[in-house]
Amino acid sequence: MTALSDLTVSVEPGIIGLVGANGAGKSTLIKILLGLLPPTTGDVRVFDLDPTADADAVRARVGYMPEHDCLPPDLSAAEFVTHLGRMSGLPKTAARERASEALRHVGLYEERYRQVGGYSTGMKQRVKLAQALVHDPDLLLLDEPTNGLDPAGRDAMLALIQRIGTEFGISVVVCSHLLGEVERICDHLVAIDGGKLLRSDHIAAMTTTTDVLVVEVSEGTDELAARLVSLDLPVRRDGRELHVLLEDDETYDRILRAVADLDLPLHRLDQRRHRVAELFSDRETAHV
Amino acid sequence: MSEVTANAPSGVIHDIGYQRYVGPRLGRRYVFGSLYGQGLRTAFGLGRGFKAKIFPWLTVGVVCIVAVVLMAIRTQTGEVVLSYAQFPQTLGVLMVLFCAIVGPELVSRDLHSGVLPLYFSRPLRPSDYALAKLAALVSAVTMLFAAGQIIMFLGAAFTLDGFGLIWDDFEKMLAGIAYSAIHALVFGAVALLIASLMKRRAVAAGAIVGAFLITAPVVGVLATLPSQTANDLAGLVSPVTLVGGIGDWLFEPAGSEELGIGSFGPLYGLVAVLLVAGCVALLLMRYRKVSQS
Repeated sequence: MTALSDLTVSVEPGIIGLVGANGAGKSTLIKILLGLLPPTTGDVRVFDLDPTADADAVRARVGYMPEHDCLPPDLSAAEFVTHLGRMSGLPKTAARERASEALRHVGLYEERYRQVGGYSTGMKQRVKLAQALVHDPDLLLLDEPTNGLDPAGRDAMLALIQRIGTEFGISVVVCSHLLGEVERICDHLVAIDGGKLLRSDHIAAMTTTTDVLVVEVSEGTDELAARLVSLDLPVRRDGRELHVLLEDDETYDRILRAVADLDLPLHRLDQRRHRVAELFSDRETAHV
Repeated sequence: MSEVTANAPSGVIHDIGYQRYVGPRLGRRYVFGSLYGQGLRTAFGLGRGFKAKIFPWLTVGVVCIVAVVLMAIRTQTGEVVLSYAQFPQTLGVLMVLFCAIVGPELVSRDLHSGVLPLYFSRPLRPSDYALAKLAALVSAVTMLFAAGQIIMFLGAAFTLDGFGLIWDDFEKMLAGIAYSAIHALVFGAVALLIASLMKRRAVAAGAIVGAFLITAPVVGVLATLPSQTANDLAGLVSPVTLVGGIGDWLFEPAGSEELGIGSFGPLYGLVAVLLVAGCVALLLMRYRKVSQS
């Protein structure tokens, strides 16, 4: 069985989104990064270390938050996170202090002495994140961190991840099957499908090049389209909307002038940042 | 301005930001030791709720009461009802039960709650995990029975006259504890291997007791065969009688064996070593597989 093939990607520190449908190979990739699975062929480097050969060195610097339930219900969060801190090699006292800190950072401070079994899904996700943070890793691997959360919980979790990636100075790999979620917080996006790389690039590179202006006029859409084409502005028609590629600030003026010249009632003119989803839309529709 | 500080709202958490950890990161040996220590505490329900303490401490109570009674009989009448070596063998059922409850508590619980990926994403190898848990179980069982044997010795020490006799008794006690440890190793290895295959603690406990029970009738049948060799070898089939045979070979004074192993003592020893080695090997394989799934 091959879960991943021909996947070549290298990323800079920061928040990295790893996107793919269920079964695309995200979890397999994480297991390879952790050195739990050896790649059958090819070469993996985490902090310039080979996770298969230097598993201990890599794992000491990596925090992993699995997708599935992984909390014993009859322990308190403080006890559990402390224990896992010691499993990462922290001395007893340090483990206890770091566990309290990690739980405070994820927003579980008052509740940390209660048994995990009585926690809500959102709180459990936070404990899972805290245990990944307890040993102060340089890299966090988060597998579907927003799984099972309500919209408010998702926003809180994403904000927390963003904070970890920016303020804490820890690189984060966020796996998700929801593109809309990760694109909000990540610097770099890696999209895989069926074990193959779809695209890997900076989020800025993916979005800025595709910014478009949406022009809508109450009447005379065809006239305006013709005029814009004659002005060397490529136009794509989408119902009543005209999509014009935004090249520079002058594009605005040229469109406004064209509308004014034709004396058309302008309904709206706004910039639309193409969502990353549209970059993959061809593929997604092909799946349906 | 102490009044100002006194008036400051209490219970406010001041966000001092994220602090990087600069302290020491200890190696595999420390991690192994921590997991072993935690396993030992878990075995006796320490650091857990009241319910987790009931069974282990009930067992401790029974072992201690039996030891106290034996001690009392010996101090009052001078009669040795059970020798140190006979002690773990006579309480073998209790030991099987203890392994059947504590073994799943140590490993099935982790399987059930899915906590293993958190261990194996840390610098703890799957083999370290398995061996630390096994060491915890074997130590817990040994400690349990050693406690009873020490009680028996303390009672004897006060009644025996002369240092020589006390020293003799002390040596017998050490041999008895060694025999308890052999019991613990064989029973623990079998129990932990079975428990590592099952997620549910109750099912695992049943399976462990079953594995020990199901072999007993086989021993019984073999022991009644008209062949002396078959009778002598019957004990090899069940872990309980296997360890009993080792006791007859190494720890019981000649003539007082209760099983009848003939001259096959070394074979009993070899089979026990192979059984433990096989169980440990399978346990390590099991966790190598678990870590990849």
